[in-house]
Amino acid sequence: MAAQQAPGATQYILHHQAFLSNKAPHGIIDFSVINYDTVFFSVLLALVFFGLFRWVASRATTGVPGLTQNIIEWIVEKVDEQVRDTFHGSSRLIAPLALTIFCWVFLFNFMDLVPVDLLPAAARGAGFEHLKVVPSTDLNATFGLSLTVFILIIFYSLKMKGFVGFISELTLQPFSARNVLVQALLVPVNFILESVTFLARPVSLSLRLYGNLYAGEMIFLLLAALTLSHGLGSLATVGGWLGIIGQFVLGLAWAIFHILIILIQAFIFAVLTVVYLSMAHEHH
Amino acid sequence: MNINLTLFVQMLVFALLVFGTMRWIWPLILGAMEERSRKIAQGLAAAEKGEQELAAARDRAEAIVHEARGRANQIIEHAQHLAHELVEQAKGAASSEGARIVAAAQQQIELDTTRAKESLRREVAAIAVRAASKLLEREIDARTHADLLDKLAAQI
Repeated sequence: MAAQQAPGATQYILHHQAFLSNKAPHGIIDFSVINYDTVFFSVLLALVFFGLFRWVASRATTGVPGLTQNIIEWIVEKVDEQVRDTFHGSSRLIAPLALTIFCWVFLFNFMDLVPVDLLPAAARGAGFEHLKVVPSTDLNATFGLSLTVFILIIFYSLKMKGFVGFISELTLQPFSARNVLVQALLVPVNFILESVTFLARPVSLSLRLYGNLYAGEMIFLLLAALTLSHGLGSLATVGGWLGIIGQFVLGLAWAIFHILIILIQAFIFAVLTVVYLSMAHEHH
Repeated sequence: MNINLTLFVQMLVFALLVFGTMRWIWPLILGAMEERSRKIAQGLAAAEKGEQELAAARDRAEAIVHEARGRANQIIEHAQHLAHELVEQAKGAASSEGARIVAAAQQQIELDTTRAKESLRREVAAIAVRAASKLLEREIDARTHADLLDKLAAQI
């Protein structure tokens, strides 16, 4: 345990913030580093999602569905409804994309409900010093999603509006004038405004998810730190018992509340993706 | 916290996952759902059609029953009429037959009466003759007094 090496909340939390990576990164961006834990858990959760849905899809009956098929179909139907409400173009990609994002992000977030020390402690038993189990608390995972979505936004914008249409959307609004000279003056202003809006999309998508889950995990860590470094000795003192009960009650309350957060964050990510892509499809 | 190679791995995994969902999951599940809703719609339409057919059949059956009842009534009426007629005919035949029998009997009676009267008359005449002959103490020649006797017989 972290408590054994350095019995302090700060060390405990910092220890939990570290990834299982091939080497320590230098600076903010370092492409020689890879986070094994994020890759492992996100691939594992991808397999869980894909395996479950593929299993149901391959056995899907058009008759009376079983419980599992019913639940999966309910999710698919809700996603389909949401996409139909928001997205008015015709695309074979958007709805499956939204479903994948919702389910995958939900599973990412769900890992936050696994007791914070359970898997890292198991990993330590297996010889791994660090382990972060929630992929959505890794900026690489959230940016991986949002940048892919961003590439799709650019792709669909160019495909539907053409290069000229795309550029004019970035430069000819929100301010426009009939006078050509005035319009020429407005172009840089528009471009600055619009490109900030445009670039803010992937950043906000990714940081919103990251921030929520990072904060959620941090609260679990802080609650876990209530009983840190006391060991079995805490069972003999009133303060120790208060700490245990406090951690249990607060942790339970936060976990229940967190169920809502992880669902909402997955939902928001999926819906905003659909909204951005439908904006890319539509002319203004 | 830093941006590293994980980003690209995640993007690759994500792209593959989306592709897989698009290719092997979404169409199957949505297809099954659409197929089911099509089936349900068909079933509902068939049920409605069946209901309409049932109502039509019921109407038809009612019409047939109505018609049959009408015809039965007609037949009964006709039969009653016929029976009445037959009874009337029989009554007529019987009464005429009775009249005929009565007439024949009357005739017979009349004949018998006449006959009896005749024989009585003859007997009375004979008695009268015998009585007269006894009174006269001589025989009356029947032949000579035939006229007289006949007159007498006619008077009786």
